[in-house]
Amino acid sequence: MNYLKIQGIFLRNIFLLKRSWHRIFSIFYWTTLELFLWGFITKWLEGISAGRTVNFTVILLGALIFWDLFNRAQQSIAVSFMEDVWSRNLINIFIAPISIKELVSGLALISIFQGFLTFATMILLASLLYAFPAFQLGIYLIPFLINIFIFGWTLGLFTIGLIIRFGPSLDILAFSMPMLFYPLSAVFYPLSVLPVFLQKIAILIPTMHLFEGMRFVLANGTISLPHLLWAVSLNLVYFTLGIMFFYWMIRVAKKRGLIGRLVTD
Amino acid sequence: MAESMLRVENLTKKYNGFTAVDHVSFEIKKGEVVGLVGPNGAGKTTIIHILLSLLNPDEGQVKIFGKNFAKNEDEILSKLNFAGPYSSLPYNLTPEENLLIFSLLYGFKDAKARSEALLEEFQLTKFRKRKSGSLSSGEQMRLSLAKAFLNNPKLLLLDEPTAFLDPSAAKEMRERICQKMKETNGAILWTSHNMKEIEKICDRILFLFKGKIITQGTPRELMEKFNKPDLEEVFIHLAGQNNKI
Repeated sequence: MNYLKIQGIFLRNIFLLKRSWHRIFSIFYWTTLELFLWGFITKWLEGISAGRTVNFTVILLGALIFWDLFNRAQQSIAVSFMEDVWSRNLINIFIAPISIKELVSGLALISIFQGFLTFATMILLASLLYAFPAFQLGIYLIPFLINIFIFGWTLGLFTIGLIIRFGPSLDILAFSMPMLFYPLSAVFYPLSVLPVFLQKIAILIPTMHLFEGMRFVLANGTISLPHLLWAVSLNLVYFTLGIMFFYWMIRVAKKRGLIGRLVTD
Repeated sequence: MAESMLRVENLTKKYNGFTAVDHVSFEIKKGEVVGLVGPNGAGKTTIIHILLSLLNPDEGQVKIFGKNFAKNEDEILSKLNFAGPYSSLPYNLTPEENLLIFSLLYGFKDAKARSEALLEEFQLTKFRKRKSGSLSSGEQMRLSLAKAFLNNPKLLLLDEPTAFLDPSAAKEMRERICQKMKETNGAILWTSHNMKEIEKICDRILFLFKGKIITQGTPRELMEKFNKPDLEEVFIHLAGQNNKI
């Protein structure tokens, strides 16, 4: 073994790392996130008083299925865009007579298509394997699904905007953007498990209201109007901001020549 | 007088204090093939990107088909197209799928028939079911050109279209482009480092250096002006002379 060659391989990655804040960030963020997530789940489980019945199949599997759907909604938008970056097709798309509205609508459509395939598969498997009561949410399922998709698209638009601005090295966001909201979305545990200061931040996240709302429906058989209204209002604001951010990034890209660089970087 | 396909006036683009394109003006008329040549970093690709509306100029105006690009983007893009070696079609789709998708993106109601006609015309029928990424460079370039001619463009922008091709594939490509443009009576802006290609194909040449057009004319005019036997010698002379400045 020649230590110089090992040093070469090591240094090649260190040089890459020191110029890439998102790579440094990812070293610390994911482990911290996992720790918080499992810490909060543990805290919730410990807090459940003896003798109280909790339907873990419904709570945990339901949360997992909806979280996956949210992931799919965001990824379908962002990864579909990245496919054109990776295959160096982006210039062809941008010079075709297609408007931003048409581009985003096409991406939203593929997101719905893929989302429903994911949703149907998970519901079917969960029902067959774990007797998951798929339609316990009944009619309330519809507003949850719509809101989950809209927040997923919003994050998708922010992701694409950031990739256009900072380049394809941020492509990890195409897969991981929803994870940034994981601990505060109270997916697997109630909001009350979070420390008070985090609860105040979580109020501004639509997915927290959706998961809290879902648990409310499962426990009480009726919809929590405040959570639904919060989710709809926040989604309206964030989706509008997402569209504005996307248009802004396109303008910045056209000013700085970033679209051409996206395919050559 | 031939109709103006492209008119560029006083085009300027700066990046962080570096002037990539410096007050460039030129015009291309219907049926003309104009070569945009110059050393690496001269600003050719920047100009092409401005003309494709991928990049906004800091100063100057671009009129395509007599219309302001910014105000008529959709209409202009439907009559314009581009091919270049750094822009390919999705390699995980087949030529058949790629051409169908772009026929739809260009708004062809008979998208299937349009893509079929292009497969036939660009001799891609036998590869139609193969992934585009598995085609040879020549076949991939043929596919890119099929996409570039999809909308029978009135103005075609070609950025080093034969850069990765062997001489025989490059020759075939040049002949195909010229034949197609004769049929559509469109205009071409062609960038290349292959001076023999430029000499053969172009009616007029714009020589770009450090973002400025330093000379222009027909290939013959340029060879006579600089007293050189061919365009390659003109290029070497101009690049060398201007590098000393």
